Amino acid sequence: MSAPGEFYQRDRLWHPPAKSQSYKTSVARSPQYSAISLENTVSEITGPRFGHADIDPIDNDLLRNYAKEGESPIGERIILHGRVLDENARPVPNTLVEIWQANAGGRYRHKKDTYLAPIDPNFGGCGRTLTDENGYYYFRTVKPGAYPWRNWVNDWRPAHIHVSVFGTGFAQRLISQCYFEGDPLIAKCPIVNTIPDQAARGQLVAALDMNATIPLDTIAYKFDIVLRGRRSTLFENRLEGN
Amino acid sequence: MVQQLNYLKETPSQTAGPYVHIGLAPGAAGFDIYEQELGHDIAGPNAKGQRIRVEGLVVDGTGSPIKDVLLEAWQANGAGVYPHPESSGDTEEGFRGWGRVITNFETGEWGFDTVKPGATPGRSGSVQAPHINLWVVARGINLGLNTRIYFEDEAEANASDPVLNVIEWEKRRATLIAKRTERDGQTVYRFDVKIQGEEETVFFDI
Repeated sequence: MSAPGEFYQRDRLWHPPAKSQSYKTSVARSPQYSAISLENTVSEITGPRFGHADIDPIDNDLLRNYAKEGESPIGERIILHGRVLDENARPVPNTLVEIWQANAGGRYRHKKDTYLAPIDPNFGGCGRTLTDENGYYYFRTVKPGAYPWRNWVNDWRPAHIHVSVFGTGFAQRLISQCYFEGDPLIAKCPIVNTIPDQAARGQLVAALDMNATIPLDTIAYKFDIVLRGRRSTLFENRLEGN
Repeated sequence: MVQQLNYLKETPSQTAGPYVHIGLAPGAAGFDIYEQELGHDIAGPNAKGQRIRVEGLVVDGTGSPIKDVLLEAWQANGAGVYPHPESSGDTEEGFRGWGRVITNFETGEWGFDTVKPGATPGRSGSVQAPHINLWVVARGINLGLNTRIYFEDEAEANASDPVLNVIEWEKRRATLIAKRTERDGQTVYRFDVKIQGEEETVFFDI
């Protein structure tokens, strides 16, 4: 019998290195020693599981989940949708996807954000959902605005939505950011550019998806998320205790 | 020419940023939005075993506490079973094994209450000493950092733990051992994470 085995080794050259001189905060927050390689045990191949009792159906609708009755946030109405897959291109069903973002003016609803752009009284800026049996997820929100940040004197973040995903094992745990096709700030962003490979950076840019757009209502962007895949144990190298 | 393997590539990581609380702990960001925030109760009311608290700081390369960090814990129950179909055995009703904490914005202190995990199976018939898996994200951390919390009062189990033993530098193993104290009759383990510099915590590529 073939049972799922360990996760494929993470390609650390595809991810950003811990320290990037152009993203200044990383300099003092990056380990100097190499991470020590661990072959997966039960501690890494298992991970938390979530169900529909953990969340509410409205949690994936940022147009409504913080808005007053009959009102909605200001900004470009968008659908952000896609699938969570693994490196074997298999869907990852029933996994928790959480997002957070600035409002259309580029301001976060956070007590530490003091940017000039105003808070939108009808926008919270966070959402969450579970993927369906095909690994599919969707959110409805407004397109976030670009905003300035203290790094170099004149740095601006491209419009982005933060994405957090679990998968089935703790080794798959991932946080990243979704950018939007056509944004000229992407190529200038020191955080985007922590990722060395151009194709890897492109993997974070959601494509305008006219087929998923709701005419006269909401424009759509497609953003697929890929988590680590697992090998099949074809031979007798099953993990002890499984 | 050669056939294409057609594996997908993992989505590259990006920092969780300074406003991670909005998404993962909105109450701390300063607003209520969800009926329930996730990750506040690791063990639940029915978990058997010793109730403990784990506390610490996450410190950067200048020796300063990082005050905008978020940590996630993943652990087995007192009998060494994870609440997951690929871990053999059952866990108590309500045992999540997973929790999420943020630091105090002023002090950088974090802490969570749980039960002490039991020993778990390792590879090739070995036994792993009781430990909590920890994942650390923050502004300035480009890819979440994985480490493990072991317990000072499990010296014998720690000495034979296959993961601690894979760390070539014996003195660095101590960075993964939480120090035990008692406070008001409760067992509290102290686990400071040093991201960089002297006594840098061991992180794992899992």
